[in-house]
Amino acid sequence: MPIEEICKTLFIILVIVAGLAPIITWIERKQSALMQDRIGANRADIGGITVLGLLHPMADVLKLMTKEDVVPQGANRMMHMLAPLIAALPAIIAFGVIPWGGIYSFGDTTIKMVAADPDWGLLYIFAIGSIATYGAIMAGWASNNNWSLLGGLRASAQMISYEVTLGLSVVGIFMVFETLKLTDMVMAQDTTLRVFGFIEVFGGTVPAFLDWVRLPAWGIFYQPLGFVMFLTAMMAENKRPPFDAPEGESELIAGYFLEYSGMRFGLFYMSEFIEVIVIAGVVSTIFLGGWAIPFLDQATIIGGIGSFMGEGFATGLCVILHFMTFMLKLIVMIWLQMLLRWTLPRFRYDQVMNLCWKGLLPLSIANILITGAVMLLVRG
Amino acid sequence: MLADFTGILVILIVGIVLVCGMLGVHLLLGPRREFSEKQEPFECGEKQIVSPRQRYAVKFYMVAILFVIFDVEAIFFYPWAAVFAELSWFGYWAILVFTLPLAVGLLYEWLKGGLEW
Repeated sequence: MPIEEICKTLFIILVIVAGLAPIITWIERKQSALMQDRIGANRADIGGITVLGLLHPMADVLKLMTKEDVVPQGANRMMHMLAPLIAALPAIIAFGVIPWGGIYSFGDTTIKMVAADPDWGLLYIFAIGSIATYGAIMAGWASNNNWSLLGGLRASAQMISYEVTLGLSVVGIFMVFETLKLTDMVMAQDTTLRVFGFIEVFGGTVPAFLDWVRLPAWGIFYQPLGFVMFLTAMMAENKRPPFDAPEGESELIAGYFLEYSGMRFGLFYMSEFIEVIVIAGVVSTIFLGGWAIPFLDQATIIGGIGSFMGEGFATGLCVILHFMTFMLKLIVMIWLQMLLRWTLPRFRYDQVMNLCWKGLLPLSIANILITGAVMLLVRG
Repeated sequence: MLADFTGILVILIVGIVLVCGMLGVHLLLGPRREFSEKQEPFECGEKQIVSPRQRYAVKFYMVAILFVIFDVEAIFFYPWAAVFAELSWFGYWAILVFTLPLAVGLLYEWLKGGLEW
């Protein structure tokens, strides 16, 4: 039985960690180069072949692997060694519950395109994400360095603050879909939303020509404010610019991972990029419909194509189309984060904390109460 | 029920193997040339005069306390949200009563200057 889980897990690790993460470091370089009117990374080559600089991620890994691993004097060796592991692991294992496809049946066998599908899927992502805080605070404290300590303190305060908003900003989505299970959430979004359906609530009837005005039933259309708050909180959790006060180069040199070198630094670096993919995956799953193709639900594809090409072929095609849709949404969300990262300057630390406690937290509580009132009024 | 955990256990094991493998390869390939100047904590070339092992600003404790309160609140919201439609208006008024003291607490904290940086 675990064979199936092992295959799915290896697939995720291969696609996300080994496939997408190195390409994202390249995309980040090229995106920043594009936005700053530069050429960007293009020098790494094998026998004169540069492939647009795509060899740079490989060169990075090789270089990080062959550097000396320096532990500063007076550092707590054990904590210093564990910190990068604890920072990098959560980002990798959060992928276990993100569905990259629906539930398909080939004859008698049913296949779920997700490594683990618990009822508490989203809760698991938050729980795992909060472990990453320990990585930052341990690295900062164990290094026996003033800059590291300041960075670690800032990182922990920022991460726990935004965790509260992160948790509260998606409660609205739980209320709409009435579940925390990610696969069920995507299923619920694989349909359409009647924009003028609210007329019926007030006792009227929707005219036929207005009934055609529809949107995909994505979370973002139910919870636009929740989407913005969730994305902001997720990006702040990740500590990348513009929320990078814990590792601001000009003030704290590198913050909590200042005393790290070689592959241990590489793990911190890598975890940020994997986290970018996790954010894109979670946001596109709960707000942008995950694998769901807008205006074309699974039954329509299988019924439509299956009628003249056979059920099995249609299901297979459906798997591929859904996976490609999910990847497309993933890449768009990654690209959005890159754009924000290179557009906005770094926020001052008091601005970061004010945004959380005085802006997002009251807003997210208000969002829950307003969502509840509206839903009860509409559904009666 | 336990089947939910199989996938998570598998990805946890694969993740640990992957991360430890990367560090292991690094230990094999990386050079080892230690001397005391290199091991000094980085202070832009100066000797470290203030030890980092000392007291730090009380604000960070304040944030931690606030975090505990509001994160527990968030945890109470989750099961409520999952069965929201069944509880209907009763559940709505109940959560309003539950949220009000916390909102007042946040307002008090705000006015007292506990959220200033």
